Amino acid sequence: MTDAPFVPSFDDDDTDSGRKLAIICSKGNLDMAYPGLILANAALGEGIETHLFFTFWGFDIINTATMKDLKFSFVGNTAMHPPGHSGMGIHHMLGALPGATAAATKMMKKQIADLDVPEVPEFLDLLSGSGCHMWACRMSADMNHLTEDDLYEGVEAIISASDFIEKTEGAQLLFI
Amino acid sequence: MPTTTIAGHEVEVNEEGFLTKPDQWTEDLAPELARLIGLELTDAHWKLIRFLRDDYQAQGETATLRRASTQAGVPVKELFVLFPKKPAKKMAYVSGLPKPKGCV
Repeated sequence: MTDAPFVPSFDDDDTDSGRKLAIICSKGNLDMAYPGLILANAALGEGIETHLFFTFWGFDIINTATMKDLKFSFVGNTAMHPPGHSGMGIHHMLGALPGATAAATKMMKKQIADLDVPEVPEFLDLLSGSGCHMWACRMSADMNHLTEDDLYEGVEAIISASDFIEKTEGAQLLFI
Repeated sequence: MPTTTIAGHEVEVNEEGFLTKPDQWTEDLAPELARLIGLELTDAHWKLIRFLRDDYQAQGETATLRRASTQAGVPVKELFVLFPKKPAKKMAYVSGLPKPKGCV
């Protein structure tokens, strides 16, 4: 080996490479909230400038009245099966029975907690502490008569779709 | 596996340069590993390095950023100040541990 030690590259000199990630969170189901939050967390941990835009049902992720209580329904989800690999399926229309959503939500929350992955409000704290930019959609706020006072404190502002497009110029984009 | 010499110690590293044998790490290696990635260790860094080492010993895997924050009691925001931009990876590197595998 040479005299110079072999050291990982953490791309510290790369500050202006400008990699940015923008994720549009448009769904308010428990199982559709997590992918955006997890990917944002991963990107932030890589030092990537990350923007989340909450719109339509995704508003429930940042609405303090609903964020703690997102639900998972398996109606229409033909891939539904119990945790594990038993090979057993559950017909998705059983999800329409009273209590099915509550039971499925409880089960999914337990699986998530077992991995030491936080619930939505604490997850937002994690993202916020990591420097995530969170934006709320103007039209969704107006449709639901909500103001910034109704939203998670880490949300920077309620902005229009064009504002979001401007702020995320050059970003890689995910729609969830 | 390639080896490299850091602070007079010959250590095994992977293709990225992370130490592959946690027991080849000693406390006198940490300041040099830190220097190589542009950090100067303070007590606040040491608190995390010691947590990561102990936790690895107990769990068999490197703590994620969230785990380090909640278990060592250091706000995430501060972790980004102490180990800028890629705190989880940098903490692991200075502590002579593999990159964390967990997603969150």
